[in-house]
Amino acid sequence: MAQKGILEYDAKALIAKVWDNYFGTDFKFNFKSVLIDEQNSMKNRLNSNSWLKEQNLVVKPDMLFGSRGKNNLVYFKDREAGDVSLDKAQKWLKDKMGSEITLLDGTKGKLTRFIVEPFIVHDPKKEYYICASAKPECDILYMSSTGGVEIMEEWDKVNSVEIPLDVDITELQKLIYDKVPQNIFNKERFCNFAVGFYLLFKDLHLTYLELNPFVLENEEVFVLDTVAKLDDTAGYLMHETWGEIQYHSPFGQKELSPEELMISEMDERSGASLKLTILNRNGAVWPLIAGGGASVVFADSIVKTYGAEELANYGEYSGNPSQEETYHYAKTVIDLMCRKKDSKGRDKVLLIGGAIANFTDVAKTFNGIIQAFNDMADKLKDTGVRIYVRRGGPNYKTGLRNIRTAAKKLDLSIEVFGPETHLTEIVRLSNEDMKNY
Amino acid sequence: MTSPLFTKDTQAVFWNNNKKAIQRMLDYDFIISRVKPSVAAIVHPTGQSSFQKFFFGNHEILIPVYLTTEEAVKNHPQAEVLINFASYRTAYNVTVDALRFDSIKTITITAEGIPERLTRLLNHKARIAGKIIIGPSTVGAIVPGSFKIGNIGGSVDNIIRSKLRGKGCVGLVTKSGGLFNEMCNVISRRTSGIVEGVAIGGDRYPGSSFAEHLIRMDKYPEVKFHVMLGEVGGTSEYKVIEAVQNSNITKPVIAWCIGTSAQYLSSEVQFGHAGAKANAELEQAYAKNNAMREAGIIVPEKFNLLPKVIKDMYAKVLRKKQSDIAEEVEEEVISPLPEDFNEAFKQGRIRKPTNFVCTISDDRGEEAVYAGVPISRVALPDTGYSIGDIISLLWFRKRYPKWATDFLETVLKTVADHGPAVSGAHNARVTARAGKDVVTSLTTGLLTIGPRFGGAIDGAAKYFKYGLDHNFTPREFIAYMKEKGIPIPGIGHRIKSVKNPDLRVSELKRYARENFYDTKLLDYALKVEEKTTAKKGNLILNVDGTIGVLMVDLWKGLKYKDVEINQYIEGGTLNALFVLGRSIGFIGHILDEKRLNMPMYRHDTGDVLYKVSMAEEIK
Repeated sequence: MAQKGILEYDAKALIAKVWDNYFGTDFKFNFKSVLIDEQNSMKNRLNSNSWLKEQNLVVKPDMLFGSRGKNNLVYFKDREAGDVSLDKAQKWLKDKMGSEITLLDGTKGKLTRFIVEPFIVHDPKKEYYICASAKPECDILYMSSTGGVEIMEEWDKVNSVEIPLDVDITELQKLIYDKVPQNIFNKERFCNFAVGFYLLFKDLHLTYLELNPFVLENEEVFVLDTVAKLDDTAGYLMHETWGEIQYHSPFGQKELSPEELMISEMDERSGASLKLTILNRNGAVWPLIAGGGASVVFADSIVKTYGAEELANYGEYSGNPSQEETYHYAKTVIDLMCRKKDSKGRDKVLLIGGAIANFTDVAKTFNGIIQAFNDMADKLKDTGVRIYVRRGGPNYKTGLRNIRTAAKKLDLSIEVFGPETHLTEIVRLSNEDMKNY
Repeated sequence: MTSPLFTKDTQAVFWNNNKKAIQRMLDYDFIISRVKPSVAAIVHPTGQSSFQKFFFGNHEILIPVYLTTEEAVKNHPQAEVLINFASYRTAYNVTVDALRFDSIKTITITAEGIPERLTRLLNHKARIAGKIIIGPSTVGAIVPGSFKIGNIGGSVDNIIRSKLRGKGCVGLVTKSGGLFNEMCNVISRRTSGIVEGVAIGGDRYPGSSFAEHLIRMDKYPEVKFHVMLGEVGGTSEYKVIEAVQNSNITKPVIAWCIGTSAQYLSSEVQFGHAGAKANAELEQAYAKNNAMREAGIIVPEKFNLLPKVIKDMYAKVLRKKQSDIAEEVEEEVISPLPEDFNEAFKQGRIRKPTNFVCTISDDRGEEAVYAGVPISRVALPDTGYSIGDIISLLWFRKRYPKWATDFLETVLKTVADHGPAVSGAHNARVTARAGKDVVTSLTTGLLTIGPRFGGAIDGAAKYFKYGLDHNFTPREFIAYMKEKGIPIPGIGHRIKSVKNPDLRVSELKRYARENFYDTKLLDYALKVEEKTTAKKGNLILNVDGTIGVLMVDLWKGLKYKDVEINQYIEGGTLNALFVLGRSIGFIGHILDEKRLNMPMYRHDTGDVLYKVSMAEEIK
């Protein structure tokens, strides 16, 4: 639950959906974009988008990374700008789809998703820039009459205006009007647009929205590129407006695995918190940690002690989850770690850790973990898993006793510690044991 | 001198009736010998204005419950803290509403997942109103010996072990709530404990910052040094650096930012706290640790070394050699608090005899079960379970074969109704017409069931079985009943006779002959009927009698022992079949009355023979 980047396609679709509420009839926006991925080819899109055949096109990846122009990934010219026909676009797509690339910043990844739009003939000198961003104590609106790929280089020409969080419309109009870039001819018109833009950003619970560049020459507004992030905690308020927005992993990272997806769905349904990110399925150390803070301390400690490559996952459960939820969570982690033996023939380490809980019932959550032990005992033994436990909090004595007894009964290797032992001591201890082994 | 966040007189309005958290606060009050309970009032908008019972030590107290914060504040103007335990959906509105009241100075927000824009807006409004916000997404704050918020500090045992009952010498701020407890534990093992502690919460935009709290705590004379546990993401640690450099914080600060692993991980990870993600290089944990170190803040090499630097600092502020400070020895914690029954029971330390035993169903697990079978496995038609199966599970704790469950259903259908004129239905209808509800009208009808109305099933089963068990010939049986002065239950009908048989009975008999293993008792009863009908044509085995004897035959076919069958009969099982079946009809009559909306029934006086004479006076 936090800030999430959304696709350019989704951002534009969202803007188009609410356009009239913010820009009235003074400005027109013709949403002409299609999304092409491995499932949806250009051919599939032709029927409902006849303009693809009629206009020249621009094609670029839509995968949550920036500087596509600089990375030479915006296809808008064959011999000269704006001569990309459907045929050419399809050829280019065929060439790029599925290809592995390395961006200028070193990120590696596979291209799998593209956005296709009509090529807009316009005067490059009339490319504007506008961007709204959330700061702790205000919002900031950035505006410039020299937008485009070189915006960072020309940042000194960008006007910024701090907008108070409880701003009223009159104040907003004045604040923006005073900062409309100097060489914009129709100041009023730009200001009206910027006001609508900010209100859209604000009402839709976006945390970042950038149009770079956009063209405001005539009645119709052309948005050549856009970047948007939204705050997914507002999902319950924005359900209708946002629609079914899909979140994607940043470029170069794998999409969520079925296990991660299952935990994230469980998290959404639950009042408690359940998180799981698989970092390296071949890692030897698998933390199963309670608490948003403690889980980070454990990740730090494992990386420091074992090296980052051995940390198999990041995850946490907290907020007093039910026994059932803890069971599914623990079983998922244990199942993942028991799929194959360590490639170097070592034992694996399962760290069941946590700080001293404030209100999470340790015995109850541990019963869920014990239930997972019962299901997975054979696999745990086959894989050679050593279990280390450190936990405190309500009912911790019962919890620790139960987990020790259960593991012994199942003949699992286990060591159990309470709050008298330092939080991450079991990381060091497990590492010693592994070395001596 | 700056006043502490809370004192021993601080009272709170607790928003949301979270009984456990409130009880924890009151338990804390008790172990630090507070006079006034720390919770003055509860706001529970979906409840009723009333009182809620809590323990205050050994005895119970009542805490008033209000529907709105306004009412609570009006009635308890001395309460300065609002503990907002609302969900993420309502926490914003509750907080903004509370900002209106002058008497509220501090608001803590527990909810995790409040939209960031709303959090920023409420922080903005709180700044204007001059209130302290702690949270969102926090477990709260504590001033040892004075007052604590909700669940902070954990169980009473942990509070005592972590020296949270009285003032120590350290000011503590963390983001995380779990690590707050952990740090209290670490600090208490190496020092005299904390003076004040705040967990500012794991969100991206906490309402109050590390710096604000540290600057306040810096002014307390008891505070000798500070401990701060920061986190990857956000820039609030830099505000602390600024405060140190501006001498707004003058006492030593020991600090550590967790999340140093973030930069080494192959993929971008959103850690558990919403705020725990770096948007820029300077939000990385290592960058903040370095910056703090450069500013003269004591930053250990790793988290594991925090205990050591805390111990060193404690020795330094006490101007003692480290070796002179004995490592704190773990003492067995003996809670002065009376033990909570439920807790002790859960932990298996005490036992108590149960007052009830239930052998038919269980609602404690994932899903309620009928005699071991989950409801979802019996509910829908495709599960193959009928109403008869459910009766066999819940009444007899067995799953009967289909011929038997079909018979049970046949009985229910057969007895479901017998028109509006029979006394039970009549009573039900009269009650319904008096404007009474379904339950009252139904029970009025059911209360009519007894020896004269519908109650013959039990009797028939009982006496015919007795006769057969004792090898009475039909003649002997009739003589036996006559001797006892009891008309044979299940024999006789108002209209039906040998020549005009009751078709319901004929069908039941046919079904039993075709499907039962044996119909011994039915055959016996029919032999008795031969004798009785010889005397009078309408002394036939009626529907009640048939059902009674056939149920005995059914149980015999299911291999029940005689004692078991007798127990069922004595227990009223057979009448229960009639009660269950006839309830269907009664409810029909009651709903019929409701539909027709007939007026109150008054019996026709012409239908009553009035014969009242003057009461005789006895002297």
